[in-house]
Amino acid sequence: MRVRTLAVGLLVGSLALTACGKQGGPSQLGSAPSQAPATGVTVDGSPTFDKIKARGRVVIGVKQDQPYLGQLNPTTHKYEGFDIEIAKLVAAKLGYGEDKIDYKPIPSQSREQAIQNGDVDFYVGTYTINDKRKQQVSFAGPYYMAGQDLLVRKDDTSITGPTSLKGKKVCSVTGSTPIQRVRDQQLTEPNNIVEFQGYQQCVDQLLSKQVDVVTTDDAILKGYAAQSPDQLKVVGKPFSQEPYGVGLAHDDKALRTKIDDVLQQAEQDGTWKQIYDATLGKSGSPAPTPPQIDRY
Amino acid sequence: MIDVLVNNWPLFAEGFVSTIELFALAAIGSLVLGTILATMRVSPVPVLRTAGAGYVNIVRNTPLTLVFFFFVFAYPRLGLVELSFFTLAVVSLTVYTAAFVCETVRAGINTVPLGQGEASRALGLTFPQTLISVVVPQAFRSVVPPLTSVMIALLKNTTIAAGFSVHEAGAITPALSERGEPILLGMLWIVIGFLILVLPLSAMQRTLEKRWRVAR
Amino acid sequence: MSSVLYDIPGPKAKARNATFGVVASLVVIAVLGFIGYRFAATGQFDPLKWSWLEYQTIQLDLLNALKATLSAFVVGAALALVFGAVFALARLSDHAWLRAPAAVVVEFFRAIPLVILIFTLYYALPKAGVTVGVFWSLVIGLTLYNGSVLAEVFRAGVEAMPKGQSEAAYALGLRKSQVMTTVLLPQAVRAMLPTIISQLVVLLKDTALGFLITYQELLFEARYLGGLGEFGRPIIPTAMVVAAVYISLCMLLSWLANYLERRNRRKVRYAGAAVAKPTVAETQDELKIDTLQAE
Repeated sequence: MRVRTLAVGLLVGSLALTACGKQGGPSQLGSAPSQAPATGVTVDGSPTFDKIKARGRVVIGVKQDQPYLGQLNPTTHKYEGFDIEIAKLVAAKLGYGEDKIDYKPIPSQSREQAIQNGDVDFYVGTYTINDKRKQQVSFAGPYYMAGQDLLVRKDDTSITGPTSLKGKKVCSVTGSTPIQRVRDQQLTEPNNIVEFQGYQQCVDQLLSKQVDVVTTDDAILKGYAAQSPDQLKVVGKPFSQEPYGVGLAHDDKALRTKIDDVLQQAEQDGTWKQIYDATLGKSGSPAPTPPQIDRY
Repeated sequence: MIDVLVNNWPLFAEGFVSTIELFALAAIGSLVLGTILATMRVSPVPVLRTAGAGYVNIVRNTPLTLVFFFFVFAYPRLGLVELSFFTLAVVSLTVYTAAFVCETVRAGINTVPLGQGEASRALGLTFPQTLISVVVPQAFRSVVPPLTSVMIALLKNTTIAAGFSVHEAGAITPALSERGEPILLGMLWIVIGFLILVLPLSAMQRTLEKRWRVAR
Repeated sequence: MSSVLYDIPGPKAKARNATFGVVASLVVIAVLGFIGYRFAATGQFDPLKWSWLEYQTIQLDLLNALKATLSAFVVGAALALVFGAVFALARLSDHAWLRAPAAVVVEFFRAIPLVILIFTLYYALPKAGVTVGVFWSLVIGLTLYNGSVLAEVFRAGVEAMPKGQSEAAYALGLRKSQVMTTVLLPQAVRAMLPTIISQLVVLLKDTALGFLITYQELLFEARYLGGLGEFGRPIIPTAMVVAAVYISLCMLLSWLANYLERRNRRKVRYAGAAVAKPTVAETQDELKIDTLQAE
């Protein structure tokens, strides 16, 4: 009975708290210099841009659970991260400021569908360009060259690259490409492979020393390292190539060219590096050279 | 249809072996812990009774997934002995199932009519004698059939460990999906596997229930 | 306190029990103290690790997660009750062609671990071109499993009705469907209500399985909040808060089941004082409820 009263008390207490919550939050994310929206932009022959114009707002598909890449800040309910800054930059160059952007979180498996349905105008969120996807959607960019890498504890010097994983517990997401690669190339023993439903869980296990390595694209790993730069580090020897692109409708060549121009300019005038340093750069990994835009 | 099984034989075999290991260890663990808890709950010492009741009430009203969550994600943060994922799964299943074992055993003891104990004490039997030759044999009969149900539930519950990085039978479905194998056929084999494990248990339960009900 | 195991203690036994009591209290305090000490030593009571509770957005997220848990529970429970009723009726039918398939379905879904069922819905259906999403994968799984169990509960309830009930109803000239819907089912449901609610507690607990397929319910939210770097990754505090919510919800339901059971029992005893030896029967019922909940 006493336990029950306590439990009910806790519940009521937490509900009561709701009425008087704190606003804002202890966000540690530095933000990149915001871009003034361009004026008088025209993109001839782009159905998507016409739709944006008619709506007066731009709808961007993003990830909401990747720290320092695309994350919905739990205390401010604002989207933050590298991908988000890229999305903001593109929107600004199309003439739409931060206040005219609607973000829509879309999980990985429904990205193609969301773009094809027109639920989002374009998608920025760890979206690897590959030929299979190019049949359904098109890609501007790449704006970042990711590659499979390793996240380890800061004091761990025994892991230097994919060949030093033998005897180490390696964690990644159930059924993901990175963990398949570890298995196929036999980088570690099968019983040392640990799978969870999300990277966050792997990072939790890494911090509590239940696993030794988390592996996936370096961009994602850098995001987690940026969250706890004094506890985690990215090894920095990528062993695959995952070019991240901006996904958009398959037949919208005009908008694709426009976004390619925006990205290319940002890479040349230093905006790209500013964005990197303000987000993923917090992990301690220096900015790489931005990738070559692939206009096809 | 047999292709799915043959092509992925190691996956199925390892999965089910691991399930049986999990089950066996957690069954032993929960029987021991559950009996200890039941002893506490029927003891004449109020503190022990309260402690036992508290444990049972909290654990019984907690989802097993949450118990797993606590041991797999929270426990390692406490800086105690480091345990493998398999051990953590055994611990979670044991902690959870023990609450149900406890209640079954306790209810079983309560089915023995009061007069039985009083009569045996009147005959001058000592406490161990009362327990061993009068109470336990009667309680055992009414406890075993429902205890079998608890064990069947435990067997099915082991599949939750699949979500916490133990490669057992529950992990076969996601693995098949990853390999692009037909999942529905795969599931049929998993079901057959479980039926092979569960049916003898429930057959035993039914027989015992019938036989012992007549005997009473 | 007298039980089958012990007599009412005399002075000697009282003294012995008191000693045991002191020792037991010390042990319990030591265990709880050690847990508390480990929590404190690893900084679980650090204000930073609890400060997330203060933010309005997080409170709203938690409420949304609670809503997600409850909506899976409510939809799952409603569908499971319907499923259970339909299949119980089918199993009680006079027609073998209805009885047999219903029996197969019910036995099948009772034998499969719920996790396998949910995984299959979640992983297999998209391949067949039907995307049901996490919510429906979870809810359909919960419905099929708990519905099958409930079908058995309903059936047992109807079969336990005294024969005189249906005989009297037939004698009054009621049709088969009328006997079932107006005489047998209402009484059976009333008698089985505690068991039905116990099964709903199981269903509520099983909504947490949604965590395994990333349905954004309470446990998922706990995991997410528990990983936030800016609050020192408060996974233990979030687990504690969510556990408190789950436990109080389940206890509320369990308490309702117990309350109804006590009320039923009182009425039965009052109505039929001649019914002999209620204690054994009661504990047997208790046994059934307890084992049900283990699932």
